Amino acid sequence: MPVEIDIAKVARLARLSLTDEQLERYRVQCEVVLEHAARVQALPTEGVAPTSHPLPRTNVFREDEVAECLDREEVLAAAPDRDGDYFLVPRILDE
Amino acid sequence: MSDLADLSVGGAAAGLRAGEFTAVELLEAVHRRAAVTEAELHAYLTIDRDGAARAAVAADSALRAADDPGPLLGIPVALKDNMVTRGVETTCSSKILSGYRPPYDGTAVSRLRAGGAVIFGKTNLDEFAMGSSTENSAYGPTRNPWDPERVPGGSSGGSAAAVAAGSAMIAYGSDTGGSIRQPAALCGIVGVKPTYGLVSRYGLIAFASSLDQIGPLTRTVEDAVAALEVVGGHDPADSTSYPGSFPDMRSGLEAGVSGLRIGVVAELNGAGIDPAVQAAVDETVAGLERAGATVVPVSLPSVAYALSAYYLIAPAECSANLARFDGVRYGLRRHGETVEEMMSTTRGEGFGPEVTRRILLGTYALSAGYYDAFYGQAQRVRTLIIQDFADAYEQADVLVSPTSPTTAFPLGARTEDPLSMYLSDVCTIPSNMSGDPAISVPVGVDENGLPVGFQIMAPALGEPVMMRVAAEVERQAGFTARARLATSEVG
Repeated sequence: MPVEIDIAKVARLARLSLTDEQLERYRVQCEVVLEHAARVQALPTEGVAPTSHPLPRTNVFREDEVAECLDREEVLAAAPDRDGDYFLVPRILDE
Repeated sequence: MSDLADLSVGGAAAGLRAGEFTAVELLEAVHRRAAVTEAELHAYLTIDRDGAARAAVAADSALRAADDPGPLLGIPVALKDNMVTRGVETTCSSKILSGYRPPYDGTAVSRLRAGGAVIFGKTNLDEFAMGSSTENSAYGPTRNPWDPERVPGGSSGGSAAAVAAGSAMIAYGSDTGGSIRQPAALCGIVGVKPTYGLVSRYGLIAFASSLDQIGPLTRTVEDAVAALEVVGGHDPADSTSYPGSFPDMRSGLEAGVSGLRIGVVAELNGAGIDPAVQAAVDETVAGLERAGATVVPVSLPSVAYALSAYYLIAPAECSANLARFDGVRYGLRRHGETVEEMMSTTRGEGFGPEVTRRILLGTYALSAGYYDAFYGQAQRVRTLIIQDFADAYEQADVLVSPTSPTTAFPLGARTEDPLSMYLSDVCTIPSNMSGDPAISVPVGVDENGLPVGFQIMAPALGEPVMMRVAAEVERQAGFTARARLATSEVG
């Protein structure tokens, strides 16, 4: 089953800035892989529950205890840009 | 065996305790080996000279004080560079994490330190563990120590090459679709993907969280048991870690296979498998039968769809996990006028082609209008695969197949065609889908002298029977061939 992808839209959703040539190359490659992957649709699965995880476990709780956490300075040392104890990013809201 | 770098963990542990050599001398031997092999192999991204030297000195003090934390005391160990190490650069072979020094150790890493292991360095991988050849590294490929014109497999190719060449005594990797077992097979060593949850994933940089599992790459089955025992066990920091008691893998190693039922999986043997690989596998199965096992044919019909389902589930989870690389808290940042522009430019430049491809695939498979036909259907196929395994384990104690359809392939042979690369994992992916353990053991060589891996799969927490069969396969195969580059001689 042939698959058609609106690759520019997918790249935008994934926050990937790519050139037009890159987009075209990825579109062709992704369509080939998805065509193979679409074989799953040939298998009858009516009434089959989906598996999201190999362990049938939900709601794993632990005691709510104070424990050692990461060193703030060590964490901030990896930041590309910072302002004191804050991570610094370009503006988020329009003025 | 005159070179300390070629010792097994057991041999080295005995020598250290008998005072035949020190941990510092053992580390020097591995250093000497790496100094020769690295020029050709490029198994390592980082060698932590100072950290390793301090750990070796500490191990010698512990030995003198008879303060013995166990079999990995003083053993030089390599870690795949997606396992975070406090203060030591961790890149996942990606430009987006170039220069990143994590502020913490992953649980497996801290358990190794507590066990006295000497962490020698961080090994090369396919970027973010996506690939089967270690060619998708932003820092250049790793080569196969049996033939440097060929790939070591992947994505844990650096770890496999280091252990095969003797530039690490053991190594750790991660396995999402075969990334420990396939490179182990292509490099002629042992590789284990444990039961999902048996080793904590805390501090393993996530690729596909429902499939990822840390495991060892070693030269012997007994070394794999020791390596797994040290890092395994429940960890409250990983809510998916298994809370029960750790399986006893050791007591069955000498038990042989008499009375066990070995299931040969119809869908993973024969068609699509290189004849030399299949011949070595068939010979191994015949050997197990001679040793008293019963060989039964089994079928996993849904496994024909496992690769297709995997290439929806793994990219979907990858696209969600890799959203965290956004240029805000760590790693690369490229300029943008707005925060969104900064993130898109950073990600567009920071990720290599295979990672970009998988993020795109996953984003598509999860997007509105396609979710149920792709991701939802893949999850239902996953249920069918798990049911097939359950049925097969009614008839057999373990299941067997080749680990990889071929032996090591030449560099560049599959890089232009993603699908041909993905087919390298056709035999290994099913155990990731089911969450069950599997091991690759070297059993022979093909007509080019390249090693062949034999895969043994077991039900969840079936490590004891899996290791028992693996030990018998190892005894029968008597695999003594060694990689051409496994020498400290400058040649």
